[in-house]
Amino acid sequence: MGKQHYQINVNGEAKDVLAEPRELLIHTLREQLELTGPHIGCETSHCGACTVDIDGKSVKSCTVFTAQVAGKDITTIEGLGSPDGMHVLQEKFREHHGLQCGYCTPGMITRAHRLLQENPSPTEEEVRFGMAGNLCRCTGYQNIVKSILAAAAEMNAAKEAAE
Amino acid sequence: MNDMTPPSREERIESLKGMGSSRKRVEDARFTQGKGNYVDDIKMPGMLFGDFVRSPYAHARIKSIDSEAALAIPGVLAVLTAKDLEPLGLHWMPTLAGDKQMVLADGKVLFQGQEVAFVVATDRYAAADGCEAVVVDYEELPVVVDPFKALAEDAPVLREDLEGQTEGAHGPRRHHNHIFTWEAGEKEATEQVLDSAEVVAEEMVYYHRTHPCPLEPCGCVASMDKVNGKLTLYGTFQAPHAIRTVVSLISGIEEHNIRVVSPDIGGGFGNKVGAYPGYVCSVVASIVTGKPVKWIEDRMDNLMTTAFARDYWMKGKIAATKEGKITGLWCHTTADHGGFDACADPTKFPAGFMNICTGSYDIPTAYLAVDGVYTNKAPGGVAYRCSFRVTEAAYFIERMIEILAIELGMDAAELRRINFIKKEQFPYQSALGWEYDSGDYHTAWDKALKAVGYDDLRKEQAERVEAFNRGETRKLLGIGLTHFTEIVGAGPVKNCDILGLGMFDSCEIRIHPTGSAIARLGTISQGQGHATTFAQILASEIGLPADSITVEEGDTDTAPYGLGTYGSRSTPVAGAATAMAGRKIRAKAQMIAAYLLEVHDDDVEFDVDRFVVKGAPERFKTMKEIAFAAYNQAIPGIEPGLEAVSYYDPPNMTYPFGAYICVMEIDVDTGTHEIRQFYALDDCGTRINPMIIEGQVHGGLTEALAIAMGQEIAYDEMGNCKTGTLMDFFIPTAWETPNYTTDHTTTPSPHHPIGAKGVGESPNVGGVPAFSNAVHDAFRAFGLRQSHMPHDHWRIWKIANGLGLHG
Ligand code: FES
Ligand code: FES
Repeated sequence: MGKQHYQINVNGEAKDVLAEPRELLIHTLREQLELTGPHIGCETSHCGACTVDIDGKSVKSCTVFTAQVAGKDITTIEGLGSPDGMHVLQEKFREHHGLQCGYCTPGMITRAHRLLQENPSPTEEEVRFGMAGNLCRCTGYQNIVKSILAAAAEMNAAKEAAE
Repeated sequence: MNDMTPPSREERIESLKGMGSSRKRVEDARFTQGKGNYVDDIKMPGMLFGDFVRSPYAHARIKSIDSEAALAIPGVLAVLTAKDLEPLGLHWMPTLAGDKQMVLADGKVLFQGQEVAFVVATDRYAAADGCEAVVVDYEELPVVVDPFKALAEDAPVLREDLEGQTEGAHGPRRHHNHIFTWEAGEKEATEQVLDSAEVVAEEMVYYHRTHPCPLEPCGCVASMDKVNGKLTLYGTFQAPHAIRTVVSLISGIEEHNIRVVSPDIGGGFGNKVGAYPGYVCSVVASIVTGKPVKWIEDRMDNLMTTAFARDYWMKGKIAATKEGKITGLWCHTTADHGGFDACADPTKFPAGFMNICTGSYDIPTAYLAVDGVYTNKAPGGVAYRCSFRVTEAAYFIERMIEILAIELGMDAAELRRINFIKKEQFPYQSALGWEYDSGDYHTAWDKALKAVGYDDLRKEQAERVEAFNRGETRKLLGIGLTHFTEIVGAGPVKNCDILGLGMFDSCEIRIHPTGSAIARLGTISQGQGHATTFAQILASEIGLPADSITVEEGDTDTAPYGLGTYGSRSTPVAGAATAMAGRKIRAKAQMIAAYLLEVHDDDVEFDVDRFVVKGAPERFKTMKEIAFAAYNQAIPGIEPGLEAVSYYDPPNMTYPFGAYICVMEIDVDTGTHEIRQFYALDDCGTRINPMIIEGQVHGGLTEALAIAMGQEIAYDEMGNCKTGTLMDFFIPTAWETPNYTTDHTTTPSPHHPIGAKGVGESPNVGGVPAFSNAVHDAFRAFGLRQSHMPHDHWRIWKIANGLGLHG
């Protein structure tokens, strides 16, 4: 199958990638762009380990072809925080033990980040519902939910202080 | 002038972040930023990708394999079949259970999804194309998926390679599909007790087939460097050293020329203990092509082929007096092992520690027999978050207790209480051969019942039944009780080995001159946070801050030999090795301190982070000072440096226990359930990091929830696996998962250097019966005795329907 060039914007940088039309975005991200934060847990859109943000929406990057996202803005976990400036969610996951093996974590945090944009002050129930597309085999979710609620509270407090 | 005040003893203890501290995990900075290094993240120059052609049939003869079309596809470099592996003697490999398993189908296939050919290509897409293009001609054979039918006289012969062999790895085989019979306890004595008992309850308890399904599937990268003859194998290995030895034994490559590395592992739960055809084929493909070869399972491969768990049919009889004192227990288990016996049990225990099935109870006489059987299903039988069949054992006894309670018309909590092994009976010799090290079951039980308000719950339940009968509600209330006893920390070398390798574990410590340290272990974390907790053990033992101690695992070139992480053995075995190695460091430090303080060795004593002169606490040397002295002073009679290594062979297993209570609402018309409350009390002995323990309990309970309420590996009559994707294989989301209340008592293990027992698997072992008992209990008033898991909505609806509750 012939390869084609596609322009995609990843974590604020324009990238030119050469891919077959059938190549899944998760493979382009991980193998060509070496963004190995998003993981593969199923390739059938059930687990959410591959979650990224595309034009302001949470998307499982194993469900889209790279060809479909040409020209779009993609954010992966690598675009959310940095070693010197961890994102509040990253800090809260650590503080509240919201991860164990870490395999679901990049997808979880990327999804949680979008969830808190959609609903900055979610209830516990709304967090549980909003995160239901992301599976975790290790934590039983209780501490993930706690981490997200704590991040929401801190982000809201910071916003209030700034206003 | 506060800054001149020396820190208090409490402050010094606090700053070490040693045992008992809820220290935050050192692993998390990497993981939260997407900077983990899992096997699929590994990229090497020229790396190729391997994928399997798999059998669509559960039982078939292979007439021919045609690779021509596949090899014509651009990017496809090689197609390996059993014929290519045969000259190397690698078309079959030993399993950890004393059986052997086909690496690639040798003339026939025994389960759907079995590996038939290995396609090697430049990338994963080309490999998949290649797999599509390989043409295999199969001749279908009769399929048997039911272990009872497999033992019928005229059942098809599954393992033709074993035909006529009447002696197996674990004694005589009595039928062509029979693997072994394993017995414990006293048969005749137990039968006598049953014959003369006042009350006997009898039931078949089935613990269905399921799968550990870690979020990261299995995989590896094999890289053979032909110039220096070294093989490097990265992979999802829960036991990297054992894999190195196995690879050496089957490939003939000398062990010093093999380096096995377990990078970050995305959950294991038993799935990553065994050796799989993908590993062998990757190694061979790398040798053949001279390039690194990566093999990564997809989810369907994972669920259908590597490492199922459970599938035990447990027929039980329990005898008691009219007052409820248990007098005997009998169990016969039919164990479905699939096409090959690929269990990962210690060699002398083909049914694992199933003989812990007397549970928490003082049962004077007992007998257990287990028959292993071949069927046309995937091989495995691994311990899914469990110590070798302990979950099966715990489920069995906790169901039998409930059934006995029904038979006696007794309250199940009270029945448990009058049969618990008493505190003063420990160490307790069980009828099936174990010596329980310690326990205090009554205290835990009373605490649990009180915490949930047990008596009030029973009242509410009785009122609910009446309201239901009056037609005022369609919801029933179930109270699921469990008191489990685990057996973990395999194990003493005298009776525990895998492939002849004793199940000790190890730790090596090097203290650096400036007072920081590195510790290396024979275990490997898969999310348990070893880098955090083992540093805490050491901090308390050697008085250096946990933050100054790096813990490294998983690289066989650097780590001391160990048997890896599964069966909750890391803390009981490697944790003990860590403490013992720490004590060796401390012993040498004591001599150095005494020299520096110019007193006799016996005149100094250890105090948190220093050695002080007895009776003169103002005269001391900190461990940091001692570490420096070890490298810069010539001390007569003492070698320079400060290092230690310990190989720990545990004298006994450890026996964590717990009391779990689940309160569940069940809708009779839809079969749906709601978990109103779940209370989990664990006693894992000394607690190293309470935050991590709690996290382990949450995770294990959620896996238990999955297993009890919907998760299964199911086959149809043709041997088609019906649960090969996460659409069909139930994994609870945040939405279905309840909040749990955790609690604890602390009964330290008397034989473990720090008294710790291990906890990672307790919540799975205890959780499954708690959820299942809640379902059964909700229907007890209507006559339900036993209904097999998983209790999905459909099956619960069927229970209600069968009991005539739908009018
Ligand atoms: S890998 Fe994309 S949802 Fe599982
Ligand atoms: S932390 Fe392991 S899957 Fe979520």
